[in-house]
Amino acid sequence: MAYSDKVLDHYENPRNVGKFDDEDANVGTGMVGAPACGDVMRLQIKVDDKGVIEDAKFKTYGCGSAIASSSLLTEWVKGRSLTEATEIKNKDIADELGLPPVKIHCSVLAEDAIKAAVADIKSKRDGELE
Amino acid sequence: MECLTLEGNYGNPASRSHLLGWKAEEAVETARRQVADLINADPREIVWTSGATEADNLAIKGVAHFYNKKGKHLVTSKIEHKAVLDSCRQLEREGYEVTYLEPDEKGLISPQAVADVIREDTILVSLMHVNNEIGVVNDIEAIGKITREKKVIFHVDAAQSAGKLDIDLGAMQVDLMSLTAHKIYGPKGVGALYVRRKPRVRIEPQVHGGGHERGMRSGTLATHQIVGMGEAYRIAREEMHEEHERVLALRNRLLDGLKNIEEVYVNGDVEHRVAGNLNISFNFVEGESLMMALRDLALSSGSACTSASLEPSYVLRALGLSDELAHSSLRITVGRFTTEEEIDYAVEKIHEAVAKLRELSPLWDMYKDGVDLDQVQWAAH
Ligand SMILES: Cc1ncc(COP(=O)(O)O)c(C=O)c1O
Repeated sequence: MAYSDKVLDHYENPRNVGKFDDEDANVGTGMVGAPACGDVMRLQIKVDDKGVIEDAKFKTYGCGSAIASSSLLTEWVKGRSLTEATEIKNKDIADELGLPPVKIHCSVLAEDAIKAAVADIKSKRDGELE
Repeated sequence: MECLTLEGNYGNPASRSHLLGWKAEEAVETARRQVADLINADPREIVWTSGATEADNLAIKGVAHFYNKKGKHLVTSKIEHKAVLDSCRQLEREGYEVTYLEPDEKGLISPQAVADVIREDTILVSLMHVNNEIGVVNDIEAIGKITREKKVIFHVDAAQSAGKLDIDLGAMQVDLMSLTAHKIYGPKGVGALYVRRKPRVRIEPQVHGGGHERGMRSGTLATHQIVGMGEAYRIAREEMHEEHERVLALRNRLLDGLKNIEEVYVNGDVEHRVAGNLNISFNFVEGESLMMALRDLALSSGSACTSASLEPSYVLRALGLSDELAHSSLRITVGRFTTEEEIDYAVEKIHEAVAKLRELSPLWDMYKDGVDLDQVQWAAH
Protein backbone atom coordinates (compact mmCIF):
# COMPACT_ATOMS: atom_id res chain seq x y z
CA MET A 1 0.00 0.00 0.00
CA ALA A 2 1.09 3.54 -0.66
CA TYR A 3 1.52 5.72 2.39
CA SER A 4 0.86 9.44 2.45
CA ASP A 5 3.73 11.78 3.27
CA LYS A 6 2.06 12.64 6.57
CA VAL A 7 1.83 9.00 7.59
CA LEU A 8 5.46 8.48 6.66
CA ASP A 9 6.51 11.56 8.59
CA HIS A 10 4.74 10.50 11.80
CA TYR A 11 5.99 6.95 11.37
CA GLU A 12 9.60 7.99 10.79
CA ASN A 13 9.56 10.69 13.46
CA PRO A 14 6.85 9.80 15.93
CA ARG A 15 6.02 12.66 18.33
CA ASN A 16 5.68 12.24 22.09
CA VAL A 17 6.74 8.64 22.41
CA GLY A 18 7.11 7.46 25.98
CA LYS A 19 5.53 6.81 29.30
CA PHE A 20 4.52 8.84 32.34
CA ASP A 21 4.27 7.33 35.78
CA ASP A 22 0.88 5.58 36.00
CA GLU A 23 0.64 6.43 39.67
CA ASP A 24 1.00 10.19 39.17
CA ALA A 25 -2.29 11.83 40.22
CA ASN A 26 -2.14 14.17 37.23
CA VAL A 27 -1.74 11.39 34.66
CA GLY A 28 -4.60 9.63 32.90
CA THR A 29 -3.85 6.40 31.05
CA GLY A 30 -5.90 4.79 28.30
CA MET A 31 -4.88 1.40 26.96
CA VAL A 32 -7.04 0.22 24.08
CA GLY A 33 -7.01 -2.47 21.41
CA ALA A 34 -5.76 -6.04 21.68
CA PRO A 35 -2.62 -7.83 20.54
CA ALA A 36 -4.77 -10.46 18.85
CA CYS A 37 -6.27 -7.74 16.64
CA GLY A 38 -2.83 -6.43 15.77
CA ASP A 39 -3.26 -3.04 17.45
CA VAL A 40 -2.66 -1.84 21.01
CA MET A 41 -2.37 1.82 21.90
CA ARG A 42 -1.41 3.32 25.22
CA LEU A 43 -2.18 7.01 25.49
CA GLN A 44 -1.24 9.02 28.56
CA ILE A 45 -2.25 12.59 29.28
CA LYS A 46 -0.87 14.92 31.94
CA VAL A 47 -3.60 17.26 33.11
CA ASP A 48 -3.16 20.51 35.06
CA ASP A 49 -5.40 21.76 37.86
CA LYS A 50 -7.68 23.59 35.43
CA GLY A 51 -8.37 20.39 33.51
CA VAL A 52 -6.20 21.29 30.54
CA ILE A 53 -3.98 18.64 28.95
CA GLU A 54 -0.47 19.98 29.21
CA ASP A 55 1.41 16.98 27.89
CA ALA A 56 0.74 13.62 26.24
CA LYS A 57 2.69 10.46 25.49
CA PHE A 58 1.97 7.27 23.62
CA LYS A 59 3.23 3.87 22.71
CA THR A 60 1.55 1.81 20.00
CA TYR A 61 1.87 -1.71 18.73
CA GLY A 62 0.27 -1.75 15.31
CA CYS A 63 0.64 -1.04 11.64
CA GLY A 64 2.18 2.14 10.28
CA SER A 65 -1.18 3.87 10.13
CA ALA A 66 -1.88 3.02 13.77
CA ILE A 67 1.47 4.46 14.82
CA ALA A 68 0.98 7.62 12.77
CA SER A 69 -2.54 8.20 14.07
CA SER A 70 -1.38 7.77 17.67
CA SER A 71 1.43 10.24 17.15
CA LEU A 72 -0.92 12.79 15.59
CA LEU A 73 -3.42 12.35 18.42
CA THR A 74 -0.81 13.29 21.03
CA GLU A 75 -0.13 16.50 19.12
CA TRP A 76 -3.81 17.35 18.90
CA VAL A 77 -4.75 16.77 22.53
CA LYS A 78 -2.09 19.03 23.98
CA GLY A 79 -3.56 22.33 25.14
CA ARG A 80 -7.13 21.07 24.97
CA SER A 81 -9.55 20.71 27.86
CA LEU A 82 -10.72 17.21 28.67
CA THR A 83 -14.05 17.90 27.01
CA GLU A 84 -12.45 19.32 23.89
CA ALA A 85 -10.13 16.35 23.68
CA THR A 86 -12.99 13.85 23.68
CA GLU A 87 -14.46 15.64 20.68
CA ILE A 88 -11.63 14.39 18.44
CA LYS A 89 -13.04 11.94 15.93
CA ASN A 90 -11.31 9.00 14.26
CA LYS A 91 -12.43 10.39 10.95
CA ASP A 92 -10.61 13.70 11.59
CA ILE A 93 -7.39 11.79 12.23
CA ALA A 94 -7.88 9.62 9.14
CA ASP A 95 -8.64 12.67 6.99
CA GLU A 96 -5.59 14.56 8.21
CA LEU A 97 -3.35 11.56 7.46
CA GLY A 98 -5.07 10.65 4.21
CA LEU A 99 -5.89 7.12 5.38
CA PRO A 100 -8.22 5.01 3.25
CA PRO A 101 -11.62 4.20 4.87
CA VAL A 102 -10.68 0.56 5.50
CA LYS A 103 -7.93 1.73 7.84
CA ILE A 104 -10.26 3.82 10.01
CA HIS A 105 -11.83 0.76 11.52
CA CYS A 106 -8.71 -1.29 11.94
CA SER A 107 -6.01 1.10 12.94
CA VAL A 108 -7.39 4.33 14.33
CA LEU A 109 -7.88 3.87 18.04
CA ALA A 110 -7.88 7.59 18.81
CA GLU A 111 -11.46 8.00 20.06
CA ASP A 112 -11.29 4.98 22.32
CA ALA A 113 -7.88 5.95 23.63
CA ILE A 114 -8.69 9.52 24.57
CA LYS A 115 -12.00 8.50 26.16
CA ALA A 116 -10.22 5.85 28.24
CA ALA A 117 -7.49 8.28 29.32
CA VAL A 118 -10.02 10.95 30.28
CA ALA A 119 -12.10 8.42 32.21
CA ASP A 120 -8.97 7.36 34.07
CA ILE A 121 -7.96 10.86 35.14
CA LYS A 122 -11.56 11.66 36.13
CA SER A 123 -11.81 8.60 38.30
CA LYS A 124 -8.48 9.44 39.94
CA ARG A 125 -9.63 13.00 40.69
CA ASP A 126 -13.12 12.00 41.86
CA GLY A 127 -11.35 9.70 44.22
CA GLU A 128 -9.40 12.63 45.67
CA LEU A 129 -12.54 14.70 46.29
CA GLU A 130 -14.13 12.00 48.36
CA MET B 1 9.66 -11.62 -28.35
CA GLU B 2 10.35 -13.80 -31.33
CA CYS B 3 6.92 -15.35 -30.96
CA LEU B 4 5.09 -12.02 -31.13
CA THR B 5 6.31 -10.59 -34.42
CA LEU B 6 5.36 -11.53 -37.97
CA GLU B 7 9.02 -11.96 -38.89
CA GLY B 8 9.35 -14.22 -35.88
CA ASN B 9 7.34 -17.22 -34.78
CA TYR B 10 3.83 -15.78 -34.96
CA GLY B 11 1.85 -18.80 -36.20
CA ASN B 12 -0.90 -20.67 -34.40
CA PRO B 13 0.51 -23.94 -33.06
CA ALA B 14 -2.84 -25.65 -33.78
CA SER B 15 -2.71 -24.75 -37.50
CA ARG B 16 -0.92 -27.74 -38.85
CA SER B 17 -1.52 -26.89 -42.50
CA HIS B 18 0.99 -24.11 -42.92
CA LEU B 19 4.61 -23.45 -42.12
CA LEU B 20 3.99 -20.73 -39.54
CA GLY B 21 1.78 -23.13 -37.63
CA TRP B 22 4.39 -25.88 -37.74
CA LYS B 23 7.08 -23.62 -36.39
CA ALA B 24 4.86 -22.52 -33.55
CA GLU B 25 3.95 -26.11 -32.79
CA GLU B 26 7.61 -27.03 -32.73
CA ALA B 27 8.37 -24.25 -30.27
CA VAL B 28 5.51 -25.37 -28.01
CA GLU B 29 6.62 -28.98 -28.16
CA THR B 30 10.21 -28.04 -27.29
CA ALA B 31 8.92 -26.18 -24.27
CA ARG B 32 6.72 -29.15 -23.33
CA ARG B 33 9.79 -31.35 -23.33
CA GLN B 34 11.76 -28.82 -21.25
CA VAL B 35 9.02 -28.74 -18.62
CA ALA B 36 8.66 -32.53 -18.62
CA ASP B 37 12.43 -32.98 -18.31
CA LEU B 38 12.65 -30.96 -15.11
CA ILE B 39 10.23 -33.33 -13.34
CA ASN B 40 11.22 -36.51 -15.20
CA ALA B 41 7.89 -36.87 -16.97
CA ASP B 42 6.76 -37.70 -20.49
CA PRO B 43 6.01 -34.56 -22.56
CA ARG B 44 2.61 -36.07 -23.37
CA GLU B 45 1.77 -35.75 -19.68
CA ILE B 46 2.03 -31.95 -19.73
CA VAL B 47 -1.14 -29.88 -20.23
CA TRP B 48 -0.62 -26.14 -20.62
CA THR B 49 -2.67 -23.82 -18.42
CA SER B 50 -2.67 -20.16 -17.47
CA GLY B 51 -0.81 -20.92 -14.24
CA ALA B 52 -0.88 -23.04 -11.11
CA THR B 53 -4.25 -21.62 -10.09
CA GLU B 54 -5.88 -23.02 -13.20
CA ALA B 55 -3.91 -26.26 -12.88
CA ASP B 56 -5.17 -26.68 -9.29
CA ASN B 57 -8.74 -26.03 -10.41
CA LEU B 58 -8.44 -28.42 -13.32
CA ALA B 59 -6.88 -31.17 -11.23
CA ILE B 60 -9.27 -31.01 -8.29
CA LYS B 61 -12.55 -30.30 -10.06
CA GLY B 62 -11.47 -32.44 -13.01
CA VAL B 63 -10.92 -35.53 -10.84
CA ALA B 64 -14.01 -34.88 -8.72
CA HIS B 65 -16.26 -34.53 -11.77
CA PHE B 66 -14.78 -37.53 -13.56
CA TYR B 67 -14.76 -39.97 -10.65
CA ASN B 68 -17.91 -38.90 -8.79
CA LYS B 69 -19.51 -42.30 -9.39
CA LYS B 70 -16.65 -43.84 -7.42
CA GLY B 71 -16.94 -41.49 -4.47
CA LYS B 72 -17.31 -37.90 -3.38
CA HIS B 73 -14.72 -37.55 -0.64
CA LEU B 74 -11.53 -35.49 -0.98
CA VAL B 75 -8.60 -34.91 1.37
CA THR B 76 -6.48 -31.76 1.54
CA SER B 77 -4.92 -29.62 4.28
CA LYS B 78 -5.72 -26.36 6.02
CA ILE B 79 -2.61 -24.63 4.73
CA GLU B 80 -3.02 -25.16 1.00
CA HIS B 81 -2.98 -22.26 -1.43
CA LYS B 82 -6.37 -20.58 -1.94
CA ALA B 83 -6.54 -22.07 -5.43
CA VAL B 84 -6.83 -25.49 -3.81
CA LEU B 85 -8.94 -24.47 -0.82
CA ASP B 86 -11.45 -22.52 -2.86
CA SER B 87 -11.74 -25.30 -5.45
CA CYS B 88 -12.54 -27.64 -2.57
CA ARG B 89 -15.09 -25.18 -1.17
CA GLN B 90 -16.77 -25.07 -4.56
CA LEU B 91 -16.95 -28.87 -4.63
CA GLU B 92 -18.50 -28.85 -1.16
CA ARG B 93 -21.24 -26.63 -2.55
CA GLU B 94 -21.72 -29.25 -5.26
CA GLY B 95 -22.24 -31.96 -2.65
CA TYR B 96 -18.72 -33.34 -2.18
CA GLU B 97 -17.17 -33.87 1.23
CA VAL B 98 -13.69 -32.58 2.03
CA THR B 99 -11.41 -33.44 4.95
CA TYR B 100 -8.97 -30.61 5.77
CA LEU B 101 -5.95 -32.06 7.56
CA GLU B 102 -4.28 -30.02 10.29
CA PRO B 103 -0.53 -29.68 9.88
CA ASP B 104 1.66 -30.30 12.91
CA GLU B 105 3.14 -27.28 14.68
CA LYS B 106 6.02 -27.30 12.21
CA GLY B 107 3.64 -27.08 9.26
CA LEU B 108 4.06 -30.64 7.99
CA ILE B 109 1.44 -33.21 7.03
CA SER B 110 2.49 -36.66 8.15
CA PRO B 111 1.93 -39.58 5.77
CA GLN B 112 0.19 -41.40 8.61
CA ALA B 113 -2.32 -38.57 9.01
CA VAL B 114 -3.19 -39.00 5.34
CA ALA B 115 -3.53 -42.77 5.66
CA ASP B 116 -5.84 -42.32 8.66
CA VAL B 117 -8.46 -40.28 6.84
CA ILE B 118 -8.65 -42.13 3.53
CA ARG B 119 -12.00 -43.89 3.19
CA GLU B 120 -13.73 -46.20 0.72
CA ASP B 121 -15.23 -43.24 -1.10
CA THR B 122 -12.07 -41.06 -1.14
CA ILE B 123 -11.19 -40.16 -4.73
CA LEU B 124 -8.47 -37.53 -4.32
CA VAL B 125 -5.74 -36.37 -1.97
CA SER B 126 -4.42 -32.88 -2.78
CA LEU B 127 -1.38 -31.61 -0.88
CA MET B 128 1.26 -29.06 -1.67
CA HIS B 129 4.91 -29.95 -2.05
CA VAL B 130 6.26 -26.67 -0.64
CA ASN B 131 4.12 -24.20 1.27
CA ASN B 132 4.15 -20.69 -0.18
CA GLU B 133 4.24 -18.87 3.17
CA ILE B 134 6.51 -20.97 5.34
CA GLY B 135 8.42 -22.97 2.74
CA VAL B 136 8.07 -26.32 4.50
CA VAL B 137 8.44 -29.45 2.37
CA ASN B 138 5.98 -32.34 2.62
CA ASP B 139 7.17 -35.92 2.17
CA ILE B 140 5.52 -36.44 -1.20
CA GLU B 141 7.22 -39.74 -1.83
CA ALA B 142 5.88 -41.33 1.34
CA ILE B 143 2.40 -39.90 0.87
CA GLY B 144 2.38 -41.12 -2.75
CA LYS B 145 3.07 -44.67 -1.62
CA ILE B 146 0.00 -44.56 0.60
CA THR B 147 -2.33 -43.08 -1.98
CA ARG B 148 -1.18 -45.52 -4.67
CA GLU B 149 -1.65 -48.46 -2.35
CA LYS B 150 -5.14 -47.27 -1.48
CA LYS B 151 -5.90 -46.49 -5.13
CA VAL B 152 -6.62 -42.84 -4.46
CA ILE B 153 -5.50 -40.16 -6.92
CA PHE B 154 -2.76 -37.87 -5.59
CA HIS B 155 -2.50 -34.25 -6.71
CA VAL B 156 0.47 -32.13 -5.70
CA ASP B 157 0.68 -28.37 -6.02
CA ALA B 158 4.35 -27.91 -6.92
CA ALA B 159 4.16 -24.19 -7.75
CA GLN B 160 6.76 -23.46 -5.08
CA SER B 161 9.01 -26.48 -5.52
CA ALA B 162 9.54 -27.05 -9.24
CA GLY B 163 13.02 -25.87 -10.11
CA LYS B 164 13.98 -25.65 -6.45
CA LEU B 165 13.77 -29.24 -5.23
CA ASP B 166 14.41 -32.44 -7.13
CA ILE B 167 11.18 -33.83 -8.50
CA ASP B 168 11.34 -37.27 -10.08
CA LEU B 169 7.93 -38.41 -11.21
CA GLY B 170 9.48 -41.71 -12.23
CA ALA B 171 9.95 -42.39 -8.53
CA MET B 172 7.27 -40.26 -6.87
CA GLN B 173 3.81 -41.77 -7.13
CA VAL B 174 2.10 -38.52 -7.93
CA ASP B 175 -0.79 -38.53 -10.40
CA LEU B 176 -1.33 -34.84 -11.01
CA MET B 177 1.06 -31.96 -10.43
CA SER B 178 0.42 -28.22 -10.75
CA LEU B 179 3.24 -26.10 -12.12
CA THR B 180 3.78 -22.42 -12.79
CA ALA B 181 6.42 -20.42 -14.62
CA HIS B 182 6.69 -17.19 -12.65
CA LYS B 183 8.05 -18.67 -9.43
CA ILE B 184 11.21 -19.67 -11.26
CA TYR B 185 11.79 -16.49 -13.23
CA GLY B 186 9.54 -17.39 -16.15
CA PRO B 187 6.67 -15.24 -17.47
CA LYS B 188 3.50 -14.66 -15.45
CA GLY B 189 0.23 -16.15 -16.64
CA VAL B 190 1.43 -19.54 -17.80
CA GLY B 191 1.68 -22.91 -16.09
CA ALA B 192 0.91 -26.55 -16.61
CA LEU B 193 -0.78 -29.57 -15.15
CA TYR B 194 1.08 -32.86 -15.23
CA VAL B 195 -1.42 -35.69 -15.84
CA ARG B 196 0.01 -39.20 -15.38
CA ARG B 197 -0.38 -41.67 -18.24
CA LYS B 198 0.65 -44.86 -16.42
CA PRO B 199 -1.40 -45.67 -14.46
CA ARG B 200 -3.70 -43.44 -16.42
CA VAL B 201 -5.48 -40.61 -14.67
CA ARG B 202 -8.61 -39.08 -16.18
CA ILE B 203 -9.95 -35.60 -15.61
CA GLU B 204 -13.09 -33.86 -16.75
CA PRO B 205 -12.15 -30.71 -18.69
CA GLN B 206 -13.13 -27.45 -17.04
CA VAL B 207 -12.69 -25.31 -20.16
CA HIS B 208 -14.60 -26.66 -23.15
CA GLY B 209 -13.94 -25.79 -26.77
CA GLY B 210 -11.75 -26.81 -29.67
CA GLY B 211 -10.25 -29.84 -27.99
CA HIS B 212 -6.68 -28.55 -27.55
CA GLU B 213 -4.34 -30.29 -25.11
CA ARG B 214 -5.96 -33.71 -25.72
CA GLY B 215 -9.33 -32.27 -24.88
CA MET B 216 -8.29 -31.49 -21.33
CA ARG B 217 -7.90 -27.77 -21.81
CA SER B 218 -9.26 -26.05 -24.90
CA GLY B 219 -8.03 -22.73 -26.18
CA THR B 220 -5.37 -21.46 -28.55
CA LEU B 221 -2.01 -21.80 -26.85
CA ALA B 222 -0.07 -18.72 -25.77
CA THR B 223 3.07 -19.66 -27.71
CA HIS B 224 5.20 -16.79 -26.39
CA GLN B 225 4.30 -17.54 -22.77
CA ILE B 226 4.88 -21.26 -23.19
CA VAL B 227 8.28 -20.75 -24.81
CA GLY B 228 9.20 -18.54 -21.87
CA MET B 229 8.14 -21.21 -19.38
CA GLY B 230 10.13 -23.85 -21.26
CA GLU B 231 13.22 -21.69 -21.14
CA ALA B 232 12.79 -20.98 -17.43
CA TYR B 233 12.47 -24.70 -16.76
CA ARG B 234 15.50 -25.48 -18.91
CA ILE B 235 17.63 -22.98 -17.01
CA ALA B 236 16.31 -24.23 -13.68
CA ARG B 237 17.29 -27.79 -14.56
CA GLU B 238 20.82 -26.69 -15.35
CA GLU B 239 21.32 -24.38 -12.42
CA MET B 240 19.12 -25.58 -9.59
CA HIS B 241 21.68 -27.58 -7.66
CA GLU B 242 24.30 -24.90 -7.69
CA GLU B 243 21.62 -22.32 -6.99
CA HIS B 244 20.28 -24.34 -4.08
CA GLU B 245 23.66 -24.28 -2.32
CA ARG B 246 24.09 -20.58 -2.83
CA VAL B 247 20.56 -19.64 -1.77
CA LEU B 248 20.75 -21.89 1.27
CA ALA B 249 24.01 -20.29 2.38
CA LEU B 250 22.41 -16.84 2.04
CA ARG B 251 19.27 -17.89 3.93
CA ASN B 252 21.42 -19.30 6.73
CA ARG B 253 23.46 -16.10 6.80
CA LEU B 254 20.20 -14.18 7.14
CA LEU B 255 18.91 -16.41 9.92
CA ASP B 256 22.24 -16.26 11.75
CA GLY B 257 22.08 -12.50 11.55
CA LEU B 258 18.58 -12.34 13.03
CA LYS B 259 18.37 -15.14 15.56
CA ASN B 260 20.25 -13.27 18.26
CA ILE B 261 17.44 -10.73 18.46
CA GLU B 262 15.38 -11.35 21.57
CA GLU B 263 11.98 -13.02 21.19
CA VAL B 264 12.21 -14.12 17.56
CA TYR B 265 10.59 -17.30 16.33
CA VAL B 266 11.05 -19.11 13.03
CA ASN B 267 7.69 -20.28 11.72
CA GLY B 268 7.62 -23.75 10.21
CA ASP B 269 10.15 -26.56 10.17
CA VAL B 270 13.71 -25.36 9.60
CA GLU B 271 15.11 -28.63 8.30
CA HIS B 272 12.34 -29.65 5.88
CA ARG B 273 12.28 -26.30 4.21
CA VAL B 274 12.96 -24.91 0.77
CA ALA B 275 16.26 -22.99 0.69
CA GLY B 276 14.92 -19.56 -0.23
CA ASN B 277 12.26 -19.13 2.45
CA LEU B 278 12.50 -17.61 5.88
CA ASN B 279 9.31 -16.88 7.81
CA ILE B 280 10.01 -15.30 11.14
CA SER B 281 8.03 -13.56 13.87
CA PHE B 282 9.42 -10.67 15.89
CA ASN B 283 7.29 -10.73 19.02
CA PHE B 284 5.76 -7.39 20.11
CA VAL B 285 6.40 -5.80 16.70
CA GLU B 286 3.51 -5.66 14.24
CA GLY B 287 4.45 -7.08 10.84
CA GLU B 288 3.09 -4.37 8.60
CA SER B 289 4.85 -1.63 10.55
CA LEU B 290 8.05 -3.62 10.22
CA MET B 291 7.58 -3.94 6.48
CA MET B 292 7.08 -0.20 6.33
CA ALA B 293 10.50 0.32 7.87
CA LEU B 294 11.93 -2.08 5.31
CA ARG B 295 10.18 -0.55 2.31
CA ASP B 296 13.19 -0.98 0.08
CA LEU B 297 13.30 -4.75 0.67
CA ALA B 298 10.86 -7.13 -1.02
CA LEU B 299 9.00 -8.78 1.85
CA SER B 300 5.57 -9.89 2.89
CA SER B 301 3.90 -10.37 6.24
CA GLY B 302 1.26 -12.57 7.83
CA SER B 303 -0.16 -9.45 9.45
CA ALA B 304 -3.82 -8.71 8.84
CA CYS B 305 -2.97 -5.20 7.71
CA THR B 306 -1.33 -6.57 4.60
CA SER B 307 -4.24 -8.79 3.63
CA ALA B 308 -7.49 -7.90 1.94
CA SER B 309 -9.44 -9.89 4.54
CA LEU B 310 -7.99 -8.09 7.58
CA GLU B 311 -7.36 -11.50 9.13
CA PRO B 312 -3.87 -12.70 10.05
CA SER B 313 -2.40 -15.51 7.93
CA TYR B 314 -4.52 -18.67 7.99
CA VAL B 315 -1.37 -20.70 7.43
CA LEU B 316 0.32 -19.39 10.57
CA ARG B 317 -2.89 -19.73 12.57
CA ALA B 318 -3.15 -23.38 11.46
CA LEU B 319 0.31 -24.03 12.95
CA GLY B 320 -1.15 -22.97 16.27
CA LEU B 321 0.59 -19.60 16.37
CA SER B 322 -1.11 -17.00 18.54
CA ASP B 323 -2.73 -14.13 16.68
CA GLU B 324 0.00 -11.87 18.06
CA LEU B 325 2.81 -13.91 16.57
CA ALA B 326 0.95 -14.22 13.28
CA HIS B 327 0.52 -10.44 13.20
CA SER B 328 4.23 -10.10 13.93
CA SER B 329 5.51 -12.30 11.11
CA LEU B 330 7.66 -11.50 8.14
CA ARG B 331 8.36 -13.68 5.11
CA ILE B 332 11.73 -13.08 3.52
CA THR B 333 12.52 -14.75 0.22
CA VAL B 334 16.05 -15.34 -1.01
CA GLY B 335 16.35 -15.93 -4.73
CA ARG B 336 18.57 -16.35 -7.73
CA PHE B 337 19.55 -12.68 -7.82
CA THR B 338 19.99 -12.05 -4.10
CA THR B 339 23.51 -11.06 -3.08
CA GLU B 340 25.43 -11.35 0.16
CA GLU B 341 25.51 -7.55 0.42
CA GLU B 342 21.73 -7.47 0.24
CA ILE B 343 21.45 -10.04 3.02
CA ASP B 344 23.81 -8.06 5.25
CA TYR B 345 21.92 -4.87 4.48
CA ALA B 346 18.61 -6.58 5.32
CA VAL B 347 19.98 -7.91 8.62
CA GLU B 348 21.17 -4.45 9.63
CA LYS B 349 17.89 -2.79 8.62
CA ILE B 350 15.79 -5.38 10.43
CA HIS B 351 17.82 -4.99 13.62
CA GLU B 352 17.32 -1.23 13.51
CA ALA B 353 13.63 -1.43 12.71
CA VAL B 354 12.84 -4.04 15.37
CA ALA B 355 14.67 -2.00 18.01
CA LYS B 356 12.88 1.17 16.99
CA LEU B 357 9.43 -0.41 16.86
CA ARG B 358 9.91 -2.13 20.20
CA GLU B 359 10.80 1.24 21.68
CA LEU B 360 7.33 2.26 20.43
CA SER B 361 5.55 -0.88 21.57
CA PRO B 362 3.53 -0.89 24.80
CA LEU B 363 3.62 -4.70 24.65
CA TRP B 364 7.41 -4.70 24.71
CA ASP B 365 7.28 -2.39 27.76
CA MET B 366 4.92 -4.75 29.51
CA TYR B 367 6.98 -7.77 28.57
CA LYS B 368 10.07 -6.08 29.96
CA ASP B 369 8.17 -5.23 33.15
CA GLY B 370 7.30 -8.90 33.54
CA VAL B 371 3.59 -8.51 32.76
CA ASP B 372 1.97 -11.71 31.46
CA LEU B 373 0.18 -10.45 28.36
CA ASP B 374 -2.15 -13.44 28.32
CA GLN B 375 -3.56 -12.36 31.68
CA VAL B 376 -4.41 -8.83 30.55
CA GLN B 377 -8.06 -8.08 29.77
CA TRP B 378 -7.91 -6.68 26.26
CA ALA B 379 -10.72 -4.84 24.56
CA ALA B 380 -10.95 -6.54 21.16
CA HIS B 381 -12.16 -4.15 18.48
C1 LIG C 1 1.53 -22.99 -3.75
C2 LIG C 1 0.94 -22.15 -4.84
N1 LIG C 1 -0.07 -22.61 -5.58
C3 LIG C 1 -0.62 -21.89 -6.55
C4 LIG C 1 -0.16 -20.63 -6.85
C5 LIG C 1 -0.82 -19.86 -7.96
O1 LIG C 1 -0.01 -19.83 -9.08
P1 LIG C 1 -0.31 -18.92 -10.33
O2 LIG C 1 0.03 -17.54 -9.93
O3 LIG C 1 0.56 -19.46 -11.39
O4 LIG C 1 -1.76 -19.08 -10.67
C6 LIG C 1 0.91 -20.10 -6.11
C7 LIG C 1 1.47 -18.78 -6.33
O5 LIG C 1 0.94 -17.78 -6.58
C8 LIG C 1 1.46 -20.88 -5.09
O6 LIG C 1 2.46 -20.39 -4.34
